[in-house]
Amino acid sequence: MKQDSPMMQHLKHAAAWCDHRLGISEVWLPMMRHPVPKSVEGPMGWWYVFGSASLTFLMIQILTGIGLAMVYVPSASEAYESLLYLDYEQPLGWFLRALHYYAGSGMVVMVLVHMTQVFLQGAYKYPRELTWVVGVFLLLCVLGMFFSGQILRWDPDAYWGLAVAGSMAGRVPFLGPVIVHTLLGGDIIGGESLSRFFTLHVFVIPGALLGLLAVHLWLVLRCGVSKPPRPGESVDPRTYDAEYEQELKNGVPFLGEAMVKDMLFSALATIVVVLIASILGPKGPTDPPLPTMGGANPRPEWPFLWIFAMLALSPRDVETFIMLVFPVVVIVILVLVPFVSNRGERSPSRRPVAVLVVIVTYTALGVLTYLGATAPWSPKMHAWTGDAIPVSMVERSNVSELVGSTVFQYKNCRNCHALDGIGGRRGPDLTDVGTRLTRDQLIDQVSNGTPGGGLMPAFGKQITPAEMTILVDFLVSLRPEGTKPAGWATPEPSLGEAPPQAAASTDDRDET
Amino acid sequence: MQQNANPPDNTDTSPAPRSGGARRGFLKVLTALLGTVATVLVGVPFMGYVFGIRKRRVYWVNLGPVSDYTPQQTQLKTFDNPLKQPWDGMTAENAVYVRYEGKDEDQRDQFLVFSVNCAHLGCPVSWFPQSELFLCPCHGGVYYADGAHASGPPPRGLYHCVWRVRRGELEVRAPHYPTLHDTLKQTSVG
Repeated sequence: MKQDSPMMQHLKHAAAWCDHRLGISEVWLPMMRHPVPKSVEGPMGWWYVFGSASLTFLMIQILTGIGLAMVYVPSASEAYESLLYLDYEQPLGWFLRALHYYAGSGMVVMVLVHMTQVFLQGAYKYPRELTWVVGVFLLLCVLGMFFSGQILRWDPDAYWGLAVAGSMAGRVPFLGPVIVHTLLGGDIIGGESLSRFFTLHVFVIPGALLGLLAVHLWLVLRCGVSKPPRPGESVDPRTYDAEYEQELKNGVPFLGEAMVKDMLFSALATIVVVLIASILGPKGPTDPPLPTMGGANPRPEWPFLWIFAMLALSPRDVETFIMLVFPVVVIVILVLVPFVSNRGERSPSRRPVAVLVVIVTYTALGVLTYLGATAPWSPKMHAWTGDAIPVSMVERSNVSELVGSTVFQYKNCRNCHALDGIGGRRGPDLTDVGTRLTRDQLIDQVSNGTPGGGLMPAFGKQITPAEMTILVDFLVSLRPEGTKPAGWATPEPSLGEAPPQAAASTDDRDET
Repeated sequence: MQQNANPPDNTDTSPAPRSGGARRGFLKVLTALLGTVATVLVGVPFMGYVFGIRKRRVYWVNLGPVSDYTPQQTQLKTFDNPLKQPWDGMTAENAVYVRYEGKDEDQRDQFLVFSVNCAHLGCPVSWFPQSELFLCPCHGGVYYADGAHASGPPPRGLYHCVWRVRRGELEVRAPHYPTLHDTLKQTSVG
């Protein structure tokens, strides 16, 4: 070893001076090198990488967020323009916006996977109950960031997203109007609303998130990293601490071998989101946030599609409950998880109920998200002009049926009813309705709608008797060639019933 | 942090335990009192700032002469909402649906003026004159021409705006964002 240069000596002296005062080698290094169970170093350690990947994405979010805040203007009259500027003019503005969106999405995914792993492997059990509880609130912060971030993308989805949030909050008894006003910042959705959500997104939620994260990480250090579960090894709060201490005697330092997997996975995850961001580009903004623009079809961001679906599919009477009470119930259940079971087996192979809960939860979330993305309950607003009637359905029609088909289109029936799979899907596909409903039933259905306030509105007042006649002519003709129209089940000697091989399926429409 | 076992200097004990006790007790109470006052002095105005509600002003928006409206027809009327802030940009451009119902027995003009916001979750409803229905694109709420609930999840009909006719012109009271417990009719005019 050769002698350090004077410059090097000065630097070392300065470093030692700082270290003495900051206590890095006295306090921080031992903390980072705290031992973790030895088996974390083995293949089981790959289950432990999702928390640090969430943290990596958080760093990307902070970095890109700072970058975006340097250009973005949180003013209702200029936000949209500044987003377009970011997308098209600011050097690499498009990249920062894209990365902010996809790393944010990645963060939601990683937090959920992390949470699922902790749940499945029973890592929330004694003494890590509080780590889980803080984690639940971190998840809420991440979702809050996603929602408030969508509002900052000041396009129709953002504007109407605020409308939906306001309407939900407005259902709270007594306090509703005050909450709505606090949320929107004023009487209408506008600049004050955007400023509020900018504050939430940039100051309030990140502040809460970082504070909770500090507690979360402190708890990880304080309670230690859980040992990868093995079937038969049971958690007993009375003996756990001593067992864990024993385990750590053979432990490995966290800052070292155990951390390599975390770093490798985080690097891979980062590369993946960068690739996705570069290929897919920034998300929106779509149209300008003009409230009077027709044809707005607002949709929530993907983490909220399942709620969107639940609200569309739930009965009217329980809807307010689902909006206001159900989220609280879900949060309470999540918080209570470690208090319901904080001892016993940790291995998923010995906890079938836990595995079942995960499978059922993700199946339900997956199905609801798919439904939310396809939204079959939403009327297809342009189907009545955009989706032509399949030629095969009218090529054999008589004049009355043919004109009836135009009534069908003109009265916007198509917005909710598909023909041959094309059109709205709110109501049933009417491709062969003629085999299901009789003429009288059809008239009743169209005139009065679904009984008891069902899905179909009554058209009785909006349709003339002549229109009704030819519309129903058309509907009765909607059946496969050669099949008879729907009839009553009671056997009656039918008069003039068409022969089974009728050339024109429409001949028998007046049989009743 | 490490706990020091029996520090040589007894810094905990006060130099004069008996005579200083009352003074220390007083200081503690005073500190708690002043701390509370200071917290309230900062906290209450801040909460008032965040949760405070301005008095909603009443503005009337002119929607044109009655003669412009055809009886039994519904049309979308857009206007710059006076409830806006100067920095609201295009979001201050609001709209209502206006249906002219003709004249009543006393020869007074009758209108139906609806908010465009669906009573379900606030999405913008579209008017279809062919079927005389309002359809909502979000969850499929449907309303009849008179604003009554026709089908779907909305818990009520469309929100009605307050309107009046002055000197042959239709005026509507500038609508705030309506919600279930804060409809456009509740606030008193004046």
